[in-house]
Amino acid sequence: MTRFLLPLAAFVVLVGFLVVGLGLNPRQVPSPLIGKPAPEFQLQQLHESEKTLTSRDNLGKVWLLNVWASWCVSCREEHPLLVELAKSGIVPVYGLNYKDQRDDALRWLKQFGDPYTISIVDPEGRTGIDYGVYGVPETYVIDKNGVIRYKQIGPVTVDALQTKILPLVKELQG
Amino acid sequence: MIPELGNFALILALLLALIQGTLPIIGAARGIPSWMALARPVVQGQFVFVAIAFFCLAYSFVTSDFSVINVVQNSNSKLPLEYRFAATWGSHEGSLLLWTMMLATWSVAVSIFSRHLPNDMVARVLGVMGLVSVGFLIFMLFTSNPFERMLPGAMEGSDLNPLLQDPGMVCHPPMLYMGYVGFSVAFAFAIAALLSGQMDATWARWSRPWTTVAWLFLTIGIMMGSWWAYYELGWGGWWFWDPVENASFLPWLVGTALVHSLAVTEKRGSFKSWTVLLAICAFSLSLLGTFLVRSGVLTSVHAFATDPKRGIFILTFLVVIVGGSLLLFAWRAPKIGLGGKFELVSRESMLLGNNLLMMVAAGSVLLGTLYPLFMDALQLGKISVGAPYFEAVFVPLMTPAVFLMGLGPLARWKQASLPELAMRLRWAFAVSLITALLMPFIMGEWKPFVSFGLLLAFWVIASIVVSLIHRLRSSGKEGLFAKLAAQSPSYYGMHVAHLGIAVFIIGVTLVGGYETEKDVRMEIGDTVAVGGYTFRFNGATKAPGPNYMADIGNVDVLRNGEKVNVLEPEKRTYNASGMAMTEAAIDTGILRDLYVALGEPLENGAWIVRVYHKPFVDWIWFGCMLMAFGGFLAVTDRRYRLSSRKQREPEPVEDKKIAVKPGKAPAAPLIARSKKA
Repeated sequence: MTRFLLPLAAFVVLVGFLVVGLGLNPRQVPSPLIGKPAPEFQLQQLHESEKTLTSRDNLGKVWLLNVWASWCVSCREEHPLLVELAKSGIVPVYGLNYKDQRDDALRWLKQFGDPYTISIVDPEGRTGIDYGVYGVPETYVIDKNGVIRYKQIGPVTVDALQTKILPLVKELQG
Repeated sequence: MIPELGNFALILALLLALIQGTLPIIGAARGIPSWMALARPVVQGQFVFVAIAFFCLAYSFVTSDFSVINVVQNSNSKLPLEYRFAATWGSHEGSLLLWTMMLATWSVAVSIFSRHLPNDMVARVLGVMGLVSVGFLIFMLFTSNPFERMLPGAMEGSDLNPLLQDPGMVCHPPMLYMGYVGFSVAFAFAIAALLSGQMDATWARWSRPWTTVAWLFLTIGIMMGSWWAYYELGWGGWWFWDPVENASFLPWLVGTALVHSLAVTEKRGSFKSWTVLLAICAFSLSLLGTFLVRSGVLTSVHAFATDPKRGIFILTFLVVIVGGSLLLFAWRAPKIGLGGKFELVSRESMLLGNNLLMMVAAGSVLLGTLYPLFMDALQLGKISVGAPYFEAVFVPLMTPAVFLMGLGPLARWKQASLPELAMRLRWAFAVSLITALLMPFIMGEWKPFVSFGLLLAFWVIASIVVSLIHRLRSSGKEGLFAKLAAQSPSYYGMHVAHLGIAVFIIGVTLVGGYETEKDVRMEIGDTVAVGGYTFRFNGATKAPGPNYMADIGNVDVLRNGEKVNVLEPEKRTYNASGMAMTEAAIDTGILRDLYVALGEPLENGAWIVRVYHKPFVDWIWFGCMLMAFGGFLAVTDRRYRLSSRKQREPEPVEDKKIAVKPGKAPAAPLIARSKKA
């Protein structure tokens, strides 16, 4: 009997790992940029293309940089959460519109709501490269001194927002 | 309206599946004929409703109904018709529906082609398949409904992933799923045998053709995936050891072991509990594959949008189905018995050896695939396991397996003699050794691993020839044709499949040893010489496609200064997603492929161009097709088509009488026959 139980035992061990694995995020690769100053940029704004925004403009406040695109399906997933966050006024969210067409991006914001204080455009993805973006969406928490403190890869979830991003923002603002 | 109909059909299918998964099994346990008789009509009813749901979803895609979320996310009004249809299974939800559809198809096939099986067996088999179907229908209805609406509807869809907009992708998932899901039949037969405690050669004969058909679909499915990756991903590789590729390869390895183990159980009555375990494992790995792809625990090019809720559901389902069957196995298998005895040197032991090698190979691929997850779970850091690990592990395991593959078909059942085998095969070995040593010189350069790979391939081919000659000499018929015709299709099937392995090895070895790859910057008019050919780049022009903009390169292929072909590789940018896709241009030949792909555009009309010369690369996929064709030949064997009213004992022991002559042996059913008989 015992040896016939071996396959079951092996399976139980496997399931144990899978359960733990479900709680982990394989995409969560520690970013080398955490604790480093946010790479500088000077980019056109999405809504008013004659204006630009630079990374220095936000010095002195805690802000989120959300990388998004109209072609990105997962962005729709996190979008309602961002809209809600923006309404609450806890922390300003800036959008980095990544490798996108201006018209599509504007239409998309009209359809799903615009949570961004300002959206800037990065059509070639140059700034994205500086920030180490390898999938959209990604969200960065940047402190008063312009240092990246946290990076969320993939959609912002309620859980990530409540357990990581908001406490961190409060601490940094405090 | 149509999506709601589809949704409703799914709910009805779930209700029928619930009946199918309970009443017939209870009926079989308690001996209630009317409950057992429910199985067939319920299966057929479930099939009808799942098919309705499937066609409703297909209709929504074809007519671009952008009020259905699934359609919005995976289709676009500019998408050509065939891809709108194929987009039906291009998403997570749709592929689940395809899975369920395949399961329903297999169940109906079992219900139709099981007229000669005892009623209780049919009831149990269909019941188990019903339980699997229940799991998938609940999963779909509660966490991944393909018919979910969004209000207001969208104006336009975000398009099907451009990677999937390819003829190969239209066929690859259905083939693969046919294989995956097909193992559910072997699984259901195994569980039915455990439940009933009846397990013998007849049982093996019933489940064998089903397993072989599932295996051959899986073979074709994997082959198409590999071929697609070769021409679509633009870097000319044919296998990447990606977690999802591995997820399809694992059931294939175990399925291959199962096909061979079933042969022993059918012919000799041995390996019973081992065969049952393999059947459970093959299907469990199909389910595990589904879990790995759907739950997002591993990163992969195949990963769909992931959702932890889904992961938990599939994991629970996995625990219930796999855990339950392994528990049942631990409880019932000790009673099954061991079957016929055999000596250390015999065909059984060689097949067992091969089986073990296959399982160890599957185990190491599984380990490699899940290793990053294990390390992460134990907080030992993030790592990734790549091709070097898999190649280092896989080749040493497959070497003895391929060696045994040449030996096995010539060995006698029960007891074989090593000296006799050596006598018979010494010429085969000598010929293959000499050819393997000389052949690399013809290719231009001697490399040890090329010689080694070729030795394995030629060894298989030579041993097939020896086996065939031996068979023909002892067949007792007059004339070559009569002698050839006297052999059974399953005998040919075996050798064709083995030949497929040899052809596959030749392809892998030669392309690995002699391919040339050049990534060069080419101005208009530049030439580059690769593999004896000269390639001249004539620039690229823009041309619009139905839902993309393409840069079409023009490359002349010259041999000895004469133009032999023009290749037009494309670089497409899809309008809706902005994604860039590479369409390689390939000049296919028996002995080599010429492969040209566009890289990145540079200034003044220059491009980065990838020019590859790939000798014998098509043999890889041709070998797979031979394997699948071998499987096809094997299932056409007469003995599977004859009704089991002529059930017979396991095959006679002698090697010479393996060819099955139905009805020759007296009918001596080993199982307690059901009431029907």
